[in-house]
Amino acid sequence: MFVMACALVPELHAAKIGEISETSLGGQVVRFLSLRDPVVRAAVIGAVLLGVSCGLLGSFLVVRKLALAGDALAHAVLPGLALGYLWAMTKDPIAMAIGAVAAGVLGTTAVTWIKETTHIKEDSALGLVLGAFYALGIALITMIQGLPGGNKSGLDKFLFGQAAALSSADLWLVGGVALVGGLVVLLLYKELVTSSFDPGFAQAAGLPVRALQAVLMVVLACAVVTGLQAVGAVLMAAMLITPAAAAYLLTDRMPRMLALASGFGVFAGLLGAFLSFMRSNLPTGPFMVVAASAVFAAAFLFAPRHGVVPRWWRTHRRRSRIRDENTLKAVYQVREESDFADERVTVEDVARRLRESVPEARRRLAALSAASFASPIDAEDRVSLHPEGWLRACAVVRNHRLWELYLTHSAHYAADHVHDDAEVIEHVLGEDTVRQLERLLDFPERDPHGKLIPSLADLQRSLSLHPERPVATGYRQPLP
Amino acid sequence: MNSSTSPSAPSAVPALETHDLTVAYHKKPVIYGVDVSIPAGKLIGIIGPNGGGKSTLIKAVLGMLPLTGGWVKIFGEPQERARRRVGYVPQRESVDWDFPVSVMDVVLMGRYGRLGLLRRPGRADREMARHCLDRVKMLPYADRQISNLSGGQQQRVFLARALAQDSELYFMDEPFAGVDAATEASIIEVLHELRDRGRTLLVVHHDLPTAQRYFDMLLLLNMRVVAFGPTSEVFNYELLQRTYGGRLTILSEVAAAMPERR
Repeated sequence: MFVMACALVPELHAAKIGEISETSLGGQVVRFLSLRDPVVRAAVIGAVLLGVSCGLLGSFLVVRKLALAGDALAHAVLPGLALGYLWAMTKDPIAMAIGAVAAGVLGTTAVTWIKETTHIKEDSALGLVLGAFYALGIALITMIQGLPGGNKSGLDKFLFGQAAALSSADLWLVGGVALVGGLVVLLLYKELVTSSFDPGFAQAAGLPVRALQAVLMVVLACAVVTGLQAVGAVLMAAMLITPAAAAYLLTDRMPRMLALASGFGVFAGLLGAFLSFMRSNLPTGPFMVVAASAVFAAAFLFAPRHGVVPRWWRTHRRRSRIRDENTLKAVYQVREESDFADERVTVEDVARRLRESVPEARRRLAALSAASFASPIDAEDRVSLHPEGWLRACAVVRNHRLWELYLTHSAHYAADHVHDDAEVIEHVLGEDTVRQLERLLDFPERDPHGKLIPSLADLQRSLSLHPERPVATGYRQPLP
Repeated sequence: MNSSTSPSAPSAVPALETHDLTVAYHKKPVIYGVDVSIPAGKLIGIIGPNGGGKSTLIKAVLGMLPLTGGWVKIFGEPQERARRRVGYVPQRESVDWDFPVSVMDVVLMGRYGRLGLLRRPGRADREMARHCLDRVKMLPYADRQISNLSGGQQQRVFLARALAQDSELYFMDEPFAGVDAATEASIIEVLHELRDRGRTLLVVHHDLPTAQRYFDMLLLLNMRVVAFGPTSEVFNYELLQRTYGGRLTILSEVAAAMPERR
């Protein structure tokens, strides 16, 4: 299989390049965007309308956890389409729509029936019905292709979709469904949201839960049926689910989710129609779904709150802040050893305090200097902290020692049990909590190990008194 | 079946009356032949073992489950006609808390039963919802999305929604589940206040020691009604033993709950 695919690729590739060189890319774009071509116009209008109804209805499928049911429905309508064709013996949109809706209802009923009369669960029931109906649909369509006579060209388009093949009757249907879908969501918004969020409560409050569910499913079935021509049965469900799922990652309010999902649906529809047009009318469905999936992938990666990259970036920022603060604390401790006599500390001493190698300590001190917390490492392998760096160092040490004191005094921890806890807390204590702790502990001067606690008030005072000089100490009392 | 009738039962129509109420899942009865007549203006606890049919009773009375037999009357009317007089607090786990709605949106849902189709909640409804949120001390969270709430906060949002329904008869399915002691105290305060204003409340409850303190009357349920009456009359060892069917852990809990009665 794989070998075959590999063998085919170069030929396909060559053919495509040939096509592009024949017609200019710019000319194609202009022809598409100007909407002069009636075929293009039909495709664009159809894609926009379909995008809106898919976004609106798909949002409700996603929040109701009915995505798989949508997929089953989209596949279940296929045999109905084929039977509708056999009945009219032509591509009559009305006959095929009736057949498709009937098949959709039958499929949904079959799922419920299997679920309620046997101990087979919903996922298997959906899989069964989806497979059976889809297989039947394909079999029927293949048979029809072999029948003599009749205008059956384009029946295969129902598998992968062809927006350019939308007739004006099709467009009226797509437009009608989009209008009805929009009206249903607009007028029954509060009932749909309530019965989706909490069906039990909605029913107890007297909302017509079953009727609402039925209305939603009927509109959905109509959207699926009218969408088949443009998207195809295979991927119809993806046009319902993907834009809505992308919107769900970007907002936590239903109205915004509906708006975003519709926008993404329109975008995917247009891009799909355009790409298909550029490549001499390849099936539209796959291109639309690829575009929608690209939107989803972008939301998955970059959504401000739930996106992978912003989350990774926040973690990274927090980690590097904690690393910087630990280095600052080490510098403070080195200076404390010499009773703050020397402003400068050696890289080696800092490495010892950090329990890291000298090169690692050098890297971390370089990071401090890059963040302008400290001077660059000088020729004698020493650094001194800038006032902002010294302030932060004192703050971290103060947080650590205050927390240790709080644990031993107020929570009755033993003095040798508090260090590890304070190592974590020191980075997250806010200004308000620190003030609260200071008051609670009556403005303490020494931690449980007898070390002095630097006070922020003194620090700020000495900074403003001697702005030109780095602060020597943050202690409440002058050092002996 | 009832071991006693309430001495203070008003002559008026009962808030809830069921006769021979039976509900079955797959032909197995969950509640069977339940006859109760709940007087208005009381705070009533429904207690019984897991699977004893407490939630099923509530759902059947509210018309959420098909009845296998019997009938339900709310203030003398069939359930469908009395919907606006009934408020409901479902179990907290019954909904998806990732749903894209705010705390305010959820509380406003309490107004929708009265609003009717096609009408949007107006300024008065929002004002009422804010007032209800304030009563459960959740007003500062009005614009939060519901997934950022703790269990106790979620439970208070559900209570606020029920308050917004402004009903005469309330059904609450385990409003104290997963709630810290302080929240439990503030919830029971709201329930007592509602009772004092003449509302009737039926509350599914799990904790026996507090059941004795919280409720005016108790309905002991284990598929059938074991007893229904004032707490002082039905909260006794023998009836609880009959309700819980001699399960050791529950019985020791009961024993611990009423040292003064032994």
